[in-house]
Amino acid sequence: MSLLILAQAAADSGVDKFVGAITNGLSLGAIYALLALGFVIIFKATQVISFAHGAVAALGAYLVAYFATVLNFPGGALGGPAWLQWTVSAVFAVLATAVVGLVLERVAIRPMIGEPIFSIAMVTIGLDIVIRTITNDFISTDPRPLGDPFGTNIWEAGPISMAYSEVATIIVTIVLVLAIAWFFRSRIGVAMRATAFDQEAAMAQGISVGRIFAIAWAIGAGLAAVAGIFSSVFPRASQGVSAETAFFAFRAFPAIILGGLDSVPGAVVGGFVIGLAESFAGKYMTWSGFGVGFSGIVPYLVMMLVLLVRPYGLFGTEEIRRV
Amino acid sequence: MRGRPHLYVSYESEQSLLPTWTQRVMVGLLVFLLVLIPLQGGIEIGDRLYQPVGFLGDNAWLKILSRVAIFGIGALGLNILTGLAGQVSLGHAFFMGIGAYTAAVLGGEVGKAHWGLGLPIWIWLPAAGLVAALVGMLVAPTAVKVRGLYLAIVTLGLVFIGEHLFRNLTSITGGSQSGRKFPSLDFRLWKEEEPFLAFTSDGPMWPVFNWLDWLFGPWINFPAEMSEEAKTYLALAALLVVVVVLAKNLQRTRIGRAFMALRDRDIAAEVMGVPDAKTKFEAFALSSFYAGIAGALLVAFIGRAIPEQFNLLLSVQFVVIVLIGGAGTVAGTLMGSVFVFVFPRLVQDFSGWLTETVESGGVIGSIADVFVSTGLDDPGLVSTLEGVSPGLNVSQLNVVIYGLLIIGFLIFEPLGLYGIWLRVRNYWKGWPFSY
Repeated sequence: MSLLILAQAAADSGVDKFVGAITNGLSLGAIYALLALGFVIIFKATQVISFAHGAVAALGAYLVAYFATVLNFPGGALGGPAWLQWTVSAVFAVLATAVVGLVLERVAIRPMIGEPIFSIAMVTIGLDIVIRTITNDFISTDPRPLGDPFGTNIWEAGPISMAYSEVATIIVTIVLVLAIAWFFRSRIGVAMRATAFDQEAAMAQGISVGRIFAIAWAIGAGLAAVAGIFSSVFPRASQGVSAETAFFAFRAFPAIILGGLDSVPGAVVGGFVIGLAESFAGKYMTWSGFGVGFSGIVPYLVMMLVLLVRPYGLFGTEEIRRV
Repeated sequence: MRGRPHLYVSYESEQSLLPTWTQRVMVGLLVFLLVLIPLQGGIEIGDRLYQPVGFLGDNAWLKILSRVAIFGIGALGLNILTGLAGQVSLGHAFFMGIGAYTAAVLGGEVGKAHWGLGLPIWIWLPAAGLVAALVGMLVAPTAVKVRGLYLAIVTLGLVFIGEHLFRNLTSITGGSQSGRKFPSLDFRLWKEEEPFLAFTSDGPMWPVFNWLDWLFGPWINFPAEMSEEAKTYLALAALLVVVVVLAKNLQRTRIGRAFMALRDRDIAAEVMGVPDAKTKFEAFALSSFYAGIAGALLVAFIGRAIPEQFNLLLSVQFVVIVLIGGAGTVAGTLMGSVFVFVFPRLVQDFSGWLTETVESGGVIGSIADVFVSTGLDDPGLVSTLEGVSPGLNVSQLNVVIYGLLIIGFLIFEPLGLYGIWLRVRNYWKGWPFSY
């Protein structure tokens, strides 16, 4: 398939189109990877997929819009250039979202320890409904601009042309992925891996499983907020954060399934694969028989195909089934 | 055996649908009540007419109850898959959509903008179930391979793929702009003008209920007219009763027991001779059949729908019904669907009442004022204003409470409404002892 696309690219001599599909796919994939990382961290610690992830991402993006444009806090208090003020406010909003994640875990997830996994997943669906409705009420009818410094600027180098925000997405994602990879080697990260392996055994070793849960949810919510920021600026959404932002995260589900629910490298690879597949489908699979908005369901189709061959994703650990 | 309802002397009596007389009488009364509700019978005492279940006979309430019946049918289908066979599915809306559009093509108007063959309900309703079951069988091979949360997300993907298909097959679905008209619930023998049994128009009381008048005539007055809503409700309630009997019966069959064995421990079930793939296959097909029927009924009830109707929220609604009700139980599933539809109405009434109280003032009014926002500069949790307002509006409040209920039920009462019912029942069973 990739050969076919390459051949077509050569035939059309549409190098720009091809490169455009790649850069767009990479930046889209970076957002998916960020979302998928959040999913994987929460899953690794608590064995639960958080369906509230999209809502948390939208909430995070809203908080950025609120702190950076309405309050201009705490960036405004510090002074300095506009982009620095915005960044400080955005980081503050991301931290605030992480605190929201802590609260969610404490209130809704902690009491569910030991319940069937699907019940916990349903609790997160309940959380999704509540957070999404309240966030939508905050956002109200018009999308909220984030006031980001990227604007609609385009960076060009040869055939490559990317929006500033796309470049920023990729850089931030790489930094965060490295940070998470390091985190899993740190003391808390090792404790989290132990918890993922066996909660009771981890507890017996003196690991506070509850605290690990809380940390995982905080990190997950923070990552969701970062993804929320990049999914509601140009070129993903020109208007800012809106009711649509929450649904964006659903397309990261194929990414985590593709990579395997419990694999950090899997989340990154899955995110980029899905992003590229969606981008290429959007650019090349334009035959009208596919219908309008076909690229939106390409992630799900790729996921189903992969699952037929590898039921636990590309990097997922196969569950050992005992009687 | 008298007075010892739990002493079973034969396998047949233990396996019967309603083992004790109390249950038989209660179920009989319940079905009788279901029939009485729409007839709006009243008891005349002095010169006043008392309608014991009068408010339920109100047309708005009958619409809610009709919805309960339709969603009850669909939820029983999901209950087979999730409650009995233990397979998590978020794809119920997709199968409902398949059923709905099968019904639309077979029963829709002939020669209009969209495909339609104009066939009667006794063809399109079973066909909707069958086609949905067929699609379920097509999906099953993927679903059989994956487990647990992976399955939940695969079925979630189905909903999005289905929505895309429905949106683009405009000759069948009408697209998302206007949607399409769906066949009505009227029962025709073939394509005749005048339906054999009309469920969607007001008319005189059905002769079927004459015996009621004859039996209770001296005490209860039945009106001579029946509204459209009452007829629709009766038709749907009758279907629900049939489906309930089928679903209840399934638990006693070989297939039903295989489902439960698979749910409890799949490898152990396989060791004991329950074929894993085949049983899951059957569960998917059966559940999709119910979903298809429910989808066809839903669109026939609504009349006109757009493809976005069959979105993830619809799937979630079914999962919520099953979980709030109590997974794996027929009675619980029914309680769940009653709860999910009756509750929003109560919230709506309550918010209306709150607003009235605030406006009328007084002690309760000023307490309620803290929660209710009546103007742009009046902060409060709930707002009765349309559009932009400081608080949540009533429908948003409904959604938030709905979400909180899901969370609350799962945390505090994992067995759902059925669990509450069990506790209440056991309390009175042992009364005055606590055990």
